Amino acid sequence: MTVALGPQSRRPGTIDVIVIGAGHAGLSMSYLLREAGIAHLVLERGKVANAWRTERWDSLRLLTPNWQTRLPGRPYDGNDPDGYMAVPELTRLLEDYARGMPVQTDTTVTSVRHRDGLYHVVTDHGLWRARAVIIATGACNQPAVPRIARDLPVSLKQMTPFDYHSPDDVPEGGVLVVGASATGLQLADELLTTRRPVMLAVGEHVRMPRHYRGRDIFHWLQRSGIHDQHYQEIDDLSRGRRLPSPQLVGSAALPILDLNHLQARGASIVGRLAGARNGELLFSGSLGNVCALADLKMQRLLKQIDPVADADGAPPPERFAATRVPGSRRLMLRPEQDGIRTVIWATGFRPDYSWLQVPVLDRKGQLRHEGGVVDAPGLYVLGLPLMRRRKSSFIYGIEDDARDIAAHLQDYLSYQARRQAHELYQDAKPG
Amino acid sequence: MTTSVIQLPNGVNVDALLGAREALTEAPAGAKFVWRAESEWKDGTHTESKLDGFFGLGEEQRHVREFRYDTDHPEIFAAEDEGPTPVEMILVGLAGCLTGGIASVAAHRDITLHSVTATLEADMDIQGILGIDADIRNGFNGITVNFQVDADASEDDIASLVAQSQKRSAVFDIITNPGDVTVNVNQ
Ligand SMILES: Cc1cc2nc3c(=O)[nH]c(=O)nc-3n(C[C@H](O)[C@H](O)[C@H](O)COP(=O)(O)OP(=O)(O)OC[C@H]3O[C@@H](n4cnc5c(N)ncnc54)[C@H](O)[C@@H]3O)c2cc1C
Repeated sequence: MTVALGPQSRRPGTIDVIVIGAGHAGLSMSYLLREAGIAHLVLERGKVANAWRTERWDSLRLLTPNWQTRLPGRPYDGNDPDGYMAVPELTRLLEDYARGMPVQTDTTVTSVRHRDGLYHVVTDHGLWRARAVIIATGACNQPAVPRIARDLPVSLKQMTPFDYHSPDDVPEGGVLVVGASATGLQLADELLTTRRPVMLAVGEHVRMPRHYRGRDIFHWLQRSGIHDQHYQEIDDLSRGRRLPSPQLVGSAALPILDLNHLQARGASIVGRLAGARNGELLFSGSLGNVCALADLKMQRLLKQIDPVADADGAPPPERFAATRVPGSRRLMLRPEQDGIRTVIWATGFRPDYSWLQVPVLDRKGQLRHEGGVVDAPGLYVLGLPLMRRRKSSFIYGIEDDARDIAAHLQDYLSYQARRQAHELYQDAKPG
Repeated sequence: MTTSVIQLPNGVNVDALLGAREALTEAPAGAKFVWRAESEWKDGTHTESKLDGFFGLGEEQRHVREFRYDTDHPEIFAAEDEGPTPVEMILVGLAGCLTGGIASVAAHRDITLHSVTATLEADMDIQGILGIDADIRNGFNGITVNFQVDADASEDDIASLVAQSQKRSAVFDIITNPGDVTVNVNQ
């Protein structure tokens, strides 16, 4: 049963704040707005937790531990804090969190415009006007597929993580997984269980052990303050925001899910997929360097953690073997000859702002914002990578960001109200 | 009269580089460069190439002077050896690009370099260019670069300098990724 209200339940009209999207970000915002007594409505095109219901593969478990699956006013209270939550459980958790919140489901926002000091939020169920809008539509609305996809031979079946639910969706035969972040490694690992040839094309990636010095890596990322690092303290912010997800899987069974593990299980690794010509796929010769970079960066991260772990009396540091790079590197693939039938693009995700008719996108189609305060008065965003902190895009990272944004929003609304009152007074003043 | 000498770390003007990055983020059109060379056949396999002007930052630019290079083949190919073989010029380009990159990254990271030397080696099976075996490619099978870097930094930091330099290198990219070449005749 869901108490979230259906499309007929609310009549369109004017309201202080519209929140777009009922994922963990939009719901957390709704919680804080209610706490602050601000009238608002959350609009959601599907059901609560739509992305988790419709855009994830079956075996996925969160790569963050359960104790980090917490939201404003809702600490983790289950009995397996160190476990990794499966998607149905997270969906139920979000559904339960949404109970009693002003969420209107099955309502798609088709455009947002700024008119006469108000945002006009057009949906397939009518028009709302709002003084402020919070974009909580998620950072991962579409798989980011590189342009070279068009040049691949038509005989190859191409899939994205949105088409992939389990290995059953993948035709018999070999698979090339493009991308070596969390998604690529997890899918490659799962496909290996079906005993088919798996090849992984590896560009820049983030290597990280599941556990380090006796604790989950996320314990140390939080404990060391790394995840709390503020966006203004980051040297190269745009690079930080483009960082791929870490090579992790929600399972304690493996000490580290990395390229060595996949190769030991029979996968072959090749360089970044750089192009396709005359039916041949071409890989970059930079494999050695991207692996060396990832090894060095992991080493640097672990060294950053060590002083904190030492002070906490944690067990001594572990060493991780350097990434093994095959001696003779494959630079070219002829799919038919080499038995590859399918390509899976695990090349990341990007947001969709096609409905946003306010001029706030830069030339790359990204929102122009300062820590979530978008470059248009009264417009805000939540849930983008490194938006205000390193933890911004993680479930447990939303609370601090949402509180900051709620505070800014509250100031904005009361400033606007004072100004309106002032204008009314000016207009009413005789002569 | 006083002269002020600005000490540049490793002789690299980091502020200018960072300034350029910022300015070009704002005005990406200025980042469009065109590099040019002119060449003329001399005799046998001997060719002379000249470099002078290039386009960048929105306008025509010039080197401080014209540079000329001869390429040829060694005597064992029955040539005159008037200059390096063109494939060796590729190694020159790679060495120059990676080494310059190391100096720039080091300066940015406040690392002082004492010496940076490299030896480069490229394997090639000339059955390819001679058309003996169609399965053998014309070009290099692989290039190995061995750097010796002496700097005030840990081994890991030095390794990371060299890795970052590859990540940002144009020649490394040109060699490791497929590129496009259009050749016109008598146009
Ligand atoms: C494969 C994957 C695994 C992840 N694993 C983890 C993890 O283990 N731990 C972790 O902390 N984070 C994880 N994340 C990151 C992040 O927590 C999720 O992406 C999460 O879904 C983001 O929440 P959100 O509320 O910002 O956006 P979403 O959950 O995407 O919610 C946005 C909502 O907006 C709705 N919407 C979008 N457009 C419109 C519109 N025009 N009109 C109306 N509604 C609209 C969508 O239907 C959706 O319900 C993962 C992400 C991915 C992609």
